[in-house]
Amino acid sequence: MKKLIDIQNLVKQFDDQVVLNNINLYINENEFITLLGPSGCGKTTLLRLIGGFETLDEGKILFEDKNIADIPAHKRPINTVFQKYALFPHLNVYQNIAFGLKMKKMPKETIEQEVLKALEMVKLKGYESRNIKTLSGGQQQRVAIARALVNKPKVLLLDEPLAALDLKLRQDMQYELKEMQRALGITFIFVTHDQEEALTMSDTVVVMNEGHILQIGTPIDIYNEPKNRFVASFIGESNILPATMIKDYKVNILNTEYTCVDHGFGEQTPVEVVIRPEDIELKPAQGGIEGLVTDVIFKGVHYEIIVMVGTIEFIIHSTLSQTVGTQVSITFEPEAIHVMRR
Amino acid sequence: MSEKLTLRLSRVGTILLVIFTYSIIYLPIVIIAFLSFNASSRDQIWTGFSFVWYREILNNPRLLEAIQNTLLIAVLATLISTVLGTLFAIGIHGLSRKQRLKIMVLNNIPVVNPDIVTGISLLLVFSLLPLSFGFQTMLLAHIFFCIPFVVLSVLPKLKTLDPNLYDAAIDLGASRFKALWLVIIPSIKVGILAGSLIAFTMSIDDFVISYFTFGDGFQNVSIWIYSRLGRRTFSPSVYAYNTLVVFVTIVVLSLFNLFGKKQKSIKGEKI
Repeated sequence: MKKLIDIQNLVKQFDDQVVLNNINLYINENEFITLLGPSGCGKTTLLRLIGGFETLDEGKILFEDKNIADIPAHKRPINTVFQKYALFPHLNVYQNIAFGLKMKKMPKETIEQEVLKALEMVKLKGYESRNIKTLSGGQQQRVAIARALVNKPKVLLLDEPLAALDLKLRQDMQYELKEMQRALGITFIFVTHDQEEALTMSDTVVVMNEGHILQIGTPIDIYNEPKNRFVASFIGESNILPATMIKDYKVNILNTEYTCVDHGFGEQTPVEVVIRPEDIELKPAQGGIEGLVTDVIFKGVHYEIIVMVGTIEFIIHSTLSQTVGTQVSITFEPEAIHVMRR
Repeated sequence: MSEKLTLRLSRVGTILLVIFTYSIIYLPIVIIAFLSFNASSRDQIWTGFSFVWYREILNNPRLLEAIQNTLLIAVLATLISTVLGTLFAIGIHGLSRKQRLKIMVLNNIPVVNPDIVTGISLLLVFSLLPLSFGFQTMLLAHIFFCIPFVVLSVLPKLKTLDPNLYDAAIDLGASRFKALWLVIIPSIKVGILAGSLIAFTMSIDDFVISYFTFGDGFQNVSIWIYSRLGRRTFSPSVYAYNTLVVFVTIVVLSLFNLFGKKQKSIKGEKI
């Protein structure tokens, strides 16, 4: 794989407030990369810096090994799908999509061909002369995607493009976007605060918080091996517990010794462990970590069961229900334990 | 008394009140229109229906010139203040909230300031500058007091736009100027049009500020009328001119309402 964008030591401030602090990130060709984080973490600012809508204070952004700091936004081979689509209200669907090609002064016939092709791709054939105000949210979204992709950019930036859609439509669009990205072979840089969206669509997920990158990895890595407490709790529900690493492959959780797969933390080191709710199995009280079932909530596919062990609350996802008030043992496999530095 | 009757009576009362109020508001206009068709040159005596005063407008060179001046100033002041006011509004819109509030105070002071204060201050400023009083001072004064109104009518329209609209145009390869000209301006054209109409009406009926900035024989209609009041040279053509202005206003307003309704019904299709 070839590096397409290489961001080095990037710093961005707004009025003395550091919004991006020493960001290092590279993006490969044909990659679907997602910047994931809570609002205010700097993910949109990073996207706008790549698009050229903001200027950076320190560091470099290399595009195909060339620094693009001085290339204005309208000359970058990058297009954007904006948060609320930013469609031009005075132009119809056709004119909106044709805008970029017109700016490039392409001949009329070529523009027409390309626009019709783009409309077909986003399944809006026949909508050419529609006023954009008469389109639904989902249709406007498709026009915005077509308007960007018709320019054949090397990179497509997407700033929370699905946030305004309802759940069903959002899931359909996730699938379609992924398909488009595969078919066109364009690099997608996707910004979202929705962890499920990030895990479903991406090749690589970049978890951000407070202007820092916390972890970069595949969705599976990020989910199974979160680097710290923030990543663990932001990506899905999890039980995060204080523990002590006795030695390699041995960890003490709530005064019970467990075998685990982690090593390299030293001996008798205080750590935190993450155990995902679906990795816990409840058994009738038999020693080990024991607790009281206090709540059982039906969630459709599974039950969410709350077990109190002293003052510590465990969340368990299981297809088997439990009776509130029973004493149970909390058990898990060595692979389910993920140790993090405290 | 039955409830129905009370309801009906109160409805009749409301209608009567509305009719009464509006007749008082429109009575002077009706009287002027009425007098403009009076064949007599003396105000209170009706001697017959005639268009003589309408013809007189064209035959009274001083009045005709004043009308031309008024229109010339109004058209130029509208054009210039619309362009400047729109650019100001776009600039103000791009500021941070704090800065915007500060600058809007500066923008709104001329709006609420009494005309007489504006007039005197402009008189002072212009007399300090190497300007001869007349066409140029009056034009500058009119541009000055029209700009804030244009800003006030364009700014709310800008606020309704998608904040990324300008960036979207740039993103698609438009230069800054093209993004402004091809995307932002067309998106706020309703606000610009409304602003220019306000500017035009403000300019065309201004007397106080014009009075402090005219000179060199350059008069607009309001000053011309003021200088003739109670004199022998006063002519009922003024009534004819006023009636024409009212007529044009009614026509323009009706067209605007019709046009506005059409726009609304297009929006209504949305769902």
